[in-house]
Amino acid sequence: MIAMELLDKLTILADAAKYDAACTSSVVRRGFQEGKIGNTSSSLAGCCHSFSADGRCITLLKVLLSNDCCYECKYCVNRRSNDTPRASFSPEELAELTIQFYRRNYIEGLFLSSGVLRSPDYTMELMIRTLSILRNEYRFNGYIHAKAIPGAAAELVEQLGMLADRLSVNIELPSESSLRLLAPNKTKQSVLRPMRYIAERGDENRRELVKYRHAPRFSPAGQSTQLIVGATPESDRHILTLTQSLYDKYRLKRVFYSAYVPVVESTLLPSLDTKPPLLREHRLYQADWLLRFYGFRAEELLDDDAPDFNPLLDPKCCWALRHREFFPVEVNRADYEALLRVPGIGVVSARRILAARRVGSLRAEDLKKLGVVMKRAQYFLTCNGALATPIRLSPEGVMQNLIATEQKSLPMAQGEQLSLF
Amino acid sequence: MSWREIIYQYDGSFEGILCCIFESYTQKELPTAIVCDEELEPCLFEIRRITTDREHAGRIYRSLRKISPDVGPFLRRVYLTALAEKELLMYRFVAKLYREGAPLLRRFTDNDYEPLLKAVRHMNGEAHLLKGFIRFSEFDGVLASEITPKNRVLPLLRSHFCDRYRNEAFFIYDKTHAEALLYSRGVSRIVPLEAFSMAPPSAEEATYRLLWRRFYETIAIRERENPRLRMSNMPKRFWDNMTEFQTDGSLIPPPEGSPADAALPAAPAAKPAPVTPSIRGPFLPV
Repeated sequence: MIAMELLDKLTILADAAKYDAACTSSVVRRGFQEGKIGNTSSSLAGCCHSFSADGRCITLLKVLLSNDCCYECKYCVNRRSNDTPRASFSPEELAELTIQFYRRNYIEGLFLSSGVLRSPDYTMELMIRTLSILRNEYRFNGYIHAKAIPGAAAELVEQLGMLADRLSVNIELPSESSLRLLAPNKTKQSVLRPMRYIAERGDENRRELVKYRHAPRFSPAGQSTQLIVGATPESDRHILTLTQSLYDKYRLKRVFYSAYVPVVESTLLPSLDTKPPLLREHRLYQADWLLRFYGFRAEELLDDDAPDFNPLLDPKCCWALRHREFFPVEVNRADYEALLRVPGIGVVSARRILAARRVGSLRAEDLKKLGVVMKRAQYFLTCNGALATPIRLSPEGVMQNLIATEQKSLPMAQGEQLSLF
Repeated sequence: MSWREIIYQYDGSFEGILCCIFESYTQKELPTAIVCDEELEPCLFEIRRITTDREHAGRIYRSLRKISPDVGPFLRRVYLTALAEKELLMYRFVAKLYREGAPLLRRFTDNDYEPLLKAVRHMNGEAHLLKGFIRFSEFDGVLASEITPKNRVLPLLRSHFCDRYRNEAFFIYDKTHAEALLYSRGVSRIVPLEAFSMAPPSAEEATYRLLWRRFYETIAIRERENPRLRMSNMPKRFWDNMTEFQTDGSLIPPPEGSPADAALPAAPAAKPAPVTPSIRGPFLPV
């Protein structure tokens, strides 16, 4: 029966795609267009359609087009020498499946990646064929995230970018030496070249759009990438600095981190019974948010003396405890940037503070109603000169209390999933 | 000026609440409670039935618009929330707004304002989640879904889904509040709907449900399993209406022309049949 065959394919190819962390649909807002099916998420925050048993969000139909890969990346389940069932979708059946899932509101769109089938160019052509069936025959107007295959020709990346909302090239291993060791068929250049191309093409497209409002859009939701954490010995500082330079240089929209889940026995890799470093992944995501929304720089959060994050305390609290000269911050006068640096105050509560204090000065008891997490913020704030907490604590005392607070919100031992996105 | 204590009874509409406010100010009375027709219980206070007069409601609405154009839409949202005693809270908020003017709208910590803000935030959050969690099933070309939200979110979901499924016909049945959002060919309506239940799935529908459940199970990474995180991201009260947590009985879709297929009558079974309680059984056949 056709359905059973499709079911088996879906099982194999979703299983092969599950280690990719990117599953977001934010940034682009595209309403209905005449004659087409669907829109993209109407809210800036993206739209999660479900959450799997590991607590990660499911937004897109995340599959590989094929797991019949000819590369030999040591960390990957789909490497050529691995004895695993192989399958490939035909472009037509994948397009049909996407549309049917989309109509039932199971998904926000398609996430299409692939193993390298025969050659990077051949694989990309198949992916382009799938997306063009979706876009041109089914007139699909929803979200598409496509993975550019490292080493593919620039024209193919261009075509893919015209069909997809977001492109991504996975760096996977955060340094060149690790790449040489574990992914012998890839080089730093083969990964960075398409990335630079996508960034430059995106800039060019923005200039075109200024001149011609209806110019075709190239990858309107930008590009993202993924780094594997814990497979190789890089420090958090190395990873975060790399992240920051990716945001600065290539204007990436997101960098995803994926705690390494041992799937392969190899002397070059952590042993099979290693637990995925989920707490470390969580800390990296927290720091990533600090870079993108809170105006922090990587060098402020980590330095040579402390190249890794403190597992007991989040990066923002750690920064605050190291910079006592910055505090206390006066809630009624401090500017937005200063408020954002206070642990327990986020983007939303900082904005509410700015709006609320225009009609009257704020007292400590008001802050909780504005969404400030007082358990953390109380040590770092004053309201009209008075400390938010009546007791003065030594720096060590503050640290102990903050760690205790954090422990309550993360009662799980290291090794369990903590990240939210 | 003397205030008398009295209970207002209104028809349950947003305009009705505005008319209660109008009545209170014209009669110089302080309502002890404002209850809608269905909730009324016998009590010792004097009860007055307030008839909804569009003219009176309009006067209140315009007076609020003079203070700020945001107040009217905000109160409309409050009206849709599941907030307990929302009518009286809305009344107190409006009374305070008349006294203090627009600056109240920035006093997010005010005791009469904050509960309303919180309720609206809760509702907006629920509507946002439902944009993702709603699951449709296809019955003869019509997409049908059922939800059990705490707040009356259908008006908030309307534009999103009408935009997304512009070329389809669909409806969303809100079981909690017994109303449904119907859409077909560019026209959408929210109508009261007492009872409704889904027809059994066709073979094709069952196949897609099966495919989706398989995808859902496969995409989770076993080594990272975290039921608590899943529950905080997707509270259990949504699970009942989601395909991934339902079982179709037999996992293999019935072959063409099987009894399950024949059970679908020629008329689209998924079309709502207002008032007549349908006894088609549970959402899915067992």
